[in-house]
Amino acid sequence: MADTDVPLQPRKKGLTRRQKRSLSRGAQYVVFVAAVIVFAVSADWGRLKNQFAQWDIAQQMFPDVITLALKNTVLYTVSGFLLGLVLGLVVALMRLSSVGPYRWLAGVYIEIFRGLPALLIFVFIGVAVPLAFPGTEIVGGTYGKAALGLGLIGAAYMAETFRAGIQAVPKGQTEAARSLGFSPARAMVSVVIPQAFRIILPPLTNELIMLFKDSSLVLLLGVTLEERELSKYGRDLASTTANSTPILVAGLCYLLVTIPLGFVVRRMEAKAQEAVK
Amino acid sequence: MSRPEIEVRGLHKSFGDNEVLRGIDLEVGRGEVVCVIGPSGSGKSTLLRCVNLLEEPSGGQVFVGGAELTDPDVDIDAVRRRIGMVFQQFNLFPHLSVTENLTLPQRRVLRRGKAEAAKVAAENLERVGLSDKATAYPASLSGGQQQRVAIARALAMGPEVMLFDEPTSALDPELVGDVLAVMRMLAREGMTMMVVTHEMTFAREVADRVVFMDGGVIVEDGAPAQVIGAPAHERTRHFLSRLLDPAMAEVEEETSDQVGGPGK
Repeated sequence: MADTDVPLQPRKKGLTRRQKRSLSRGAQYVVFVAAVIVFAVSADWGRLKNQFAQWDIAQQMFPDVITLALKNTVLYTVSGFLLGLVLGLVVALMRLSSVGPYRWLAGVYIEIFRGLPALLIFVFIGVAVPLAFPGTEIVGGTYGKAALGLGLIGAAYMAETFRAGIQAVPKGQTEAARSLGFSPARAMVSVVIPQAFRIILPPLTNELIMLFKDSSLVLLLGVTLEERELSKYGRDLASTTANSTPILVAGLCYLLVTIPLGFVVRRMEAKAQEAVK
Repeated sequence: MSRPEIEVRGLHKSFGDNEVLRGIDLEVGRGEVVCVIGPSGSGKSTLLRCVNLLEEPSGGQVFVGGAELTDPDVDIDAVRRRIGMVFQQFNLFPHLSVTENLTLPQRRVLRRGKAEAAKVAAENLERVGLSDKATAYPASLSGGQQQRVAIARALAMGPEVMLFDEPTSALDPELVGDVLAVMRMLAREGMTMMVVTHEMTFAREVADRVVFMDGGVIVEDGAPAQVIGAPAHERTRHFLSRLLDPAMAEVEEETSDQVGGPGK
């Protein structure tokens, strides 16, 4: 027996380490199963089903929930994300600039738009902008305003992601490019940013998911029937039918997009991990 | 004699309070191969990096091919096109294939067409013996292969001068030979080269001159047989004995205060 060679500790009476570990794991399963049972027994499934799972109401929602509401949600998100991507890259480069005022301005921008709730920013765009510049219209109507709101929010987060990505590219890459005769701007565009993009693809996708959810705030801009996205559409229908099934269906539509995106992020992260090895 | 290809005059470089280069004067003639040796912290890499202005000198002048790099109005990108640089850590672009590593700088910097860039890339890959790796990515190559690609990348720009910053120091010992063979070939072809290295055999065989640096100054400068074979200075002898026979070195007091220390 091994413990004749290595009497590290006199064996105490009672359970060994291994037995303790399996006991603790067993206990965790018991707690989990108990929690599920308590939840299942105590919830009033009949009423829940009545309120949230009316099949005929759910059926009424198709195809509009997809062709109108989900389509608009995607449209708002993608336009906001693209605007945020461009603006975020500009802010990140300003943040890394050797010109002091640029750095300072970028810092202020990031702090403000990362610190304010998205809801307030949308209220601001809906109310303050028309007040401040009477007569001017944001191009694209609701779609333009939505892109602006989501873009401004997204840019603040993406700027920090870009900055981290750019700084994660080894300094030797810039040095190699400069020594080959690249100008600083060319080195940034041809060598550093393509590599930074690979590094930040997973966090960038997470930001896309975040914007996808924040697009529900577009309802604060005051939208027409044709401009409704998932949340607004679901709520409107819920109030006309006096039933919450549309909310559940709208929620599932969100997950229909976010879950595959989350899966893609994990795949990319695993791949990046592999590439490092 | 015509104007030297590389000319360094009264070069000083400080990082904060740390004075790394303390007045360097050096000339490298056209087609000459100069090896710079010296203990770590002696400023030899900083000197090399000052020659293509990757480090901004604190004082003094640097000329390459007659152009003054230390002139504030110089087009530094244009001058750097004539100076190839090879780094200890290779610094290949990992997101590009081997061929793309060679073609991207040609196309972006020299504005060469696609076909011409590809042709020059293929020629230079052949020179370093890596034609079969044209489509590979840097991560799949050994250190020695990566360094040869890095040399080919610099050569594809058609430089007049090549700078090597400890090109074999990051390599496994059995991979050093391939890289040195490529460098020897370049030297034989008449390339002007400045090489910071610890490879004494290479310095002895290939270099026209060996420069020994310590404490931010040039201590000794002469033919390899003289500097390595029969050093005139105690500091050179001391360094060489430690380098050639590390197992024989005695434990001694730190002498690193020679670098920017009280010696000022």
